[in-house]
Amino acid sequence: MTPPRLPQNRGLTAIDGAMALMVILLIVQVWLLSATLESFLAGHREAALPAVIISALLFLICLALYLFVDQVDAEVRRH
Amino acid sequence: MPWFRRPSSQPLWKDEFSILTADERYVNRRQLTKFLTLTSLGMLVGNLWILVRSWLYRAPVYPATPVARLDEVPVGSIKIFSYPGPREACILVRTSAESWVAYSQKCTHLSCAVYYARQANRLECPCHEGYFSLTDGHVLQGPPRRPLPRVLLERRGEALVAVGMDLGDKEA
Repeated sequence: MTPPRLPQNRGLTAIDGAMALMVILLIVQVWLLSATLESFLAGHREAALPAVIISALLFLICLALYLFVDQVDAEVRRH
Repeated sequence: MPWFRRPSSQPLWKDEFSILTADERYVNRRQLTKFLTLTSLGMLVGNLWILVRSWLYRAPVYPATPVARLDEVPVGSIKIFSYPGPREACILVRTSAESWVAYSQKCTHLSCAVYYARQANRLECPCHEGYFSLTDGHVLQGPPRRPLPRVLLERRGEALVAVGMDLGDKEA
C-alpha cells in the first residue's frame, strides 16, 4: 500500500508539470522568432503580424502558468 | 492587484532566500518560472520589433550606378564593386562574352564574403561552405536558407550599370 503523498510533494509535482510545459512553449517561441526573422529578412513581411499574435498567446499561457505556480506556492506555504 | 501579491505574508527576503530546505525547492522553482516567463516576454518583444520594422519598411530606391566597363572584366573573371551603398560589397562575374551576373557579396547566413569558384562555377562562402548558384543565386548547399540578393544590371554602351536589387522573392 503506497503512503498518501504529502501536499508539499503534490505541489512540487504540479509546479514541475507547469515548468515542463513552459519550457516547451518557450522552445516554440524561440523557433517562431527565428522563423519570423528569417522570413522578414527574405522580404516576406506579411508573416510578422500572425507571428506576434501567436507569440502573445504563448506568452499569456506562460504568464498564466507562472501565476498558477505562484498560487500553488502560496497555498503550500500556508499549510 | 491580488494576482501579483506576494505568495506569503513574510518579508521578501524570507520568501526569496528561505532557510528551510522544503521551502527552498519551491523558491528555486518559482524563480525559474519567473525567469521563463520573462524570457517568453523577451521573445514577444522580439516579434513585436519585427512587426514594427515591417510596418516602417519603405521600399529602397536604387540609383543607377555604373559598375564596370566591359573591357575591364574578361570572360571568366570578376570585379568587386559597392552597390547600392559604399559599404555593401557586390561581386560581378562575367560568364560569357555577352552575359554577366552580379550578386551581393554578403552570405545570407552570417554575412561572410562569398567568392567565385571558377572550377565549380558557383559562388562559395568560405566560412560554413554555403554554395550559391551562379545562375540565379539560389542556395546549392550549406546553412544559408535565403538566396543571394541579385544586382540587376543593364548594358549601356560599353558600360554595365546597376539599376536595382532582386532579393530573391520580389524585385525591388
